[in-house]
Amino acid sequence: MNFPGLPQQASAHAPQIDFVLGLEHWSMVVLFVAFFAYFAFVLVRFRQGAHPRADYHGMRSRWSLYVVAAIAISEAVLLAAFELPEWNDRINNLPSPEEATVVRVVAEQFAWNIHYPGPDGVFGRTDVNLVAADNPIGLDRSDPAGKDDITAINQLTVPVNHPVLIHLTSKDVIHSFTLYEMRVKQDAIPGTDSPVWFVPTITTEQMRQRLGKSDFEYEIACSQLCGLGHYRMRGFLNVVSDEEYRSYLAQEAQSLRR
Amino acid sequence: MDNVAAIGQRPAHEEPHEQPGFLRRYIFSLDHKVIGIQYAVTGLLFLLFGFTLMMIMRYQLAYPMTPVPLVGNLLSPANAAGGVLLPEFYNQLGAMHGTVMIFLGVVPLAIGGFGNYLIPLQIGASDMAFPKLNLMSYWVYVAGGLVMVATFFVPGGSAQSGWTSYPPLSVIASAGQTWWLIGMVLLITSSLLGSINFIVTIVQLRAPGLTWMRLPFLVWAQLGASFLLLLAFPPLEAAGVLQLMDRVAGTSFFLPSGLVVSNRLMTTMTGTAADGLASGGGNPLLWQHLFWFLAHPEVYVLILPAMGIVGEIVANNARRPLWGYRHMVYSVGFLSFMSMVVWAHHMYITGMGTTLAAFFQTTTMIISIPSIVILTSLLMTLWGASIRFTVPMLFALAFMPMFGIGGLTGLPLGLAPSDIHLHDTYYVIGHFHYVVAPGTIFALFAGVYYWFPKVTGRRMNDVLGHVHFWGSFICMNVIFMPMFIQGLGGMNRRLYDGGAMYLHNAELLKWNVVIGIAAWTLGLFQVPFIVNFFTSIRWGRPADRNPWEATTLEWAAPSPPGHGNFDTTPAVYRGPYEYSVPGARRDFSPQSEQEPA
Repeated sequence: MNFPGLPQQASAHAPQIDFVLGLEHWSMVVLFVAFFAYFAFVLVRFRQGAHPRADYHGMRSRWSLYVVAAIAISEAVLLAAFELPEWNDRINNLPSPEEATVVRVVAEQFAWNIHYPGPDGVFGRTDVNLVAADNPIGLDRSDPAGKDDITAINQLTVPVNHPVLIHLTSKDVIHSFTLYEMRVKQDAIPGTDSPVWFVPTITTEQMRQRLGKSDFEYEIACSQLCGLGHYRMRGFLNVVSDEEYRSYLAQEAQSLRR
Repeated sequence: MDNVAAIGQRPAHEEPHEQPGFLRRYIFSLDHKVIGIQYAVTGLLFLLFGFTLMMIMRYQLAYPMTPVPLVGNLLSPANAAGGVLLPEFYNQLGAMHGTVMIFLGVVPLAIGGFGNYLIPLQIGASDMAFPKLNLMSYWVYVAGGLVMVATFFVPGGSAQSGWTSYPPLSVIASAGQTWWLIGMVLLITSSLLGSINFIVTIVQLRAPGLTWMRLPFLVWAQLGASFLLLLAFPPLEAAGVLQLMDRVAGTSFFLPSGLVVSNRLMTTMTGTAADGLASGGGNPLLWQHLFWFLAHPEVYVLILPAMGIVGEIVANNARRPLWGYRHMVYSVGFLSFMSMVVWAHHMYITGMGTTLAAFFQTTTMIISIPSIVILTSLLMTLWGASIRFTVPMLFALAFMPMFGIGGLTGLPLGLAPSDIHLHDTYYVIGHFHYVVAPGTIFALFAGVYYWFPKVTGRRMNDVLGHVHFWGSFICMNVIFMPMFIQGLGGMNRRLYDGGAMYLHNAELLKWNVVIGIAAWTLGLFQVPFIVNFFTSIRWGRPADRNPWEATTLEWAAPSPPGHGNFDTTPAVYRGPYEYSVPGARRDFSPQSEQEPA
């Protein structure tokens, strides 16, 4: 059912997105082929040479009406049975903060700032007045909740097979946070906290082995024109095992204490 | 009593007859035909200009970071260092390609050109209802166009935030954006003047006997498009002024609180920030709603006249009436109405909630139906026809599958879950270009070839026409079909390096070279059209009043029609497409002939 040419699937909901993409595209192919067959037929059959006198009344049967009706019904079914439930799942069925890896992603021209709450599970206070080159998200380290927060730039590390809940925002202009293999795309809008979630199912390492490409990376792309550096606003998503994730966090916590 | 008689029965010889001078006849003419030609020629020139911008961009996409041949050295070092485009200049070309093609090229040609020239002729009127408004509409459009082109020469260059100009990016952009907004306000004003004129003309000035259901389909399509321009454009004009205020007056309609650009806080106190910009309390999404409230109906402003032109040409060359004319007319009305309530399907990825998304997905599915009805009717018209493959007919026929592809590929974009993957990829570019380029622009070419004999009294050359058609048809598909492959693979639009930065695009980059070569070849295939256009004005085979043996009223006027259009006010006796009427002497029965021909 999958339509050819799509990127690898690496999240729990990717097959559902690809299913609707496949359904839509195969329907389109069928419609277009039928359309083109009819079109080619009439152009040959009713060319002036073969049919010198046109028929004033033309097609008398009503089958074109049935075709239009069939398309309308198919669209209604597609919408009600697949599209609306899937969007509801994406927008409303957010994982609870307890079960999910919760991360803030703060976009700016032209980088992705990653912000983990640290061992206490609470994000520290941020303040736009504290923003500086060495503190791009304006994190207040004097806030008790902020002391243990972990930050990174362009490197988002998450454990496999657990829901990831991202609180997405932007400092300056609109960006669009995109993970192709996860089938995730969400605009990062300044002044707005947009939640976006997914469950990664294949680690970066597993994907490298599957594809036989040792240099494979899950990339974070910016999909919304955000200025002259839009084309190079690239980050990386590192999907790792639970164990590797714990050691990543421990290592980052260690470097904070130094 | 004497006065009344004088007004009511003013004899013809008392009409003012002085010959107007050159300026009044050709530059500031009140004649709808001259204004239509002015619009059409200006629109064609802007199409060529917008296409040239794209041919330059396509070099950077095909061969990133290499000097652009021919034009690279002509560009200033601030735009192209050593002939290599800079990213900010690439973004300017992108924003202006869209702006020029839509607002300065296609709409002025489709509405201003074809609408102005043909509406009075097709309804049997001697001119538009408000000739001075018409004149003003054209010159305000020219002013808007000149402002748009001039933006390339202001410090920092032209607008560079896409033709959509999303804030905050557009508000913090260089001075070119200010002038872009001023240009848009002028263009919208021009459209409003034009659309009100079209509506009044169609409602008031129809010839005796020209009832609503005898109107040519093109007139219906222009009427629908005029209502869209009248109702959907004002919100964008308002939004444009608001964005202008955000840029120059320190307001913050579209800027939220706490905006930090390059690690510098934009303060909420007007004037205290170093650059005078304030931020606080605004919402960037407000712009998107106002913008798309116009820009989606705008798609139908582009497509309705195209459908109208194709309808005329298909009926004429099929030699039989349009199949389901009434349903087509009702579809135009329904389509126009529905196009006002689909706009936010451009905005799913902003994180749209389920209620809003359900509404806009549903309206988007509904609006596909009238489009399908119109396309189906055109196809059914061919059943039982006697098809002449003239050059205008080739373009009109090609419109059908091309618009079909454009329409079908709108489906996965109009449904939110599949839009997650495809939004802002080349798939979107492929989709709307199939609608507008081999769709609308092919219909416009069809119209140019079809009505050229009416406008000039001479026919265009068929051989050059065939070269133009087949070359353009093949190139258009080689350009836009690979974009679906790139989009499904996940390649994003608006990337200065064509996506070379990303690993996931590795397999898709080769198509950029293919697309580039096809785009430049498409440029070459416009040469026969340009040559044909200008040489035929002078040396084309002379055409009589009705060279295509057509039925609608414009063919009853002389070619070219003189001032006042018709020899005598025509009366209308039948529907617009009475071709191959059983028992008739000829296979066409003109609307204005009383006896069955």
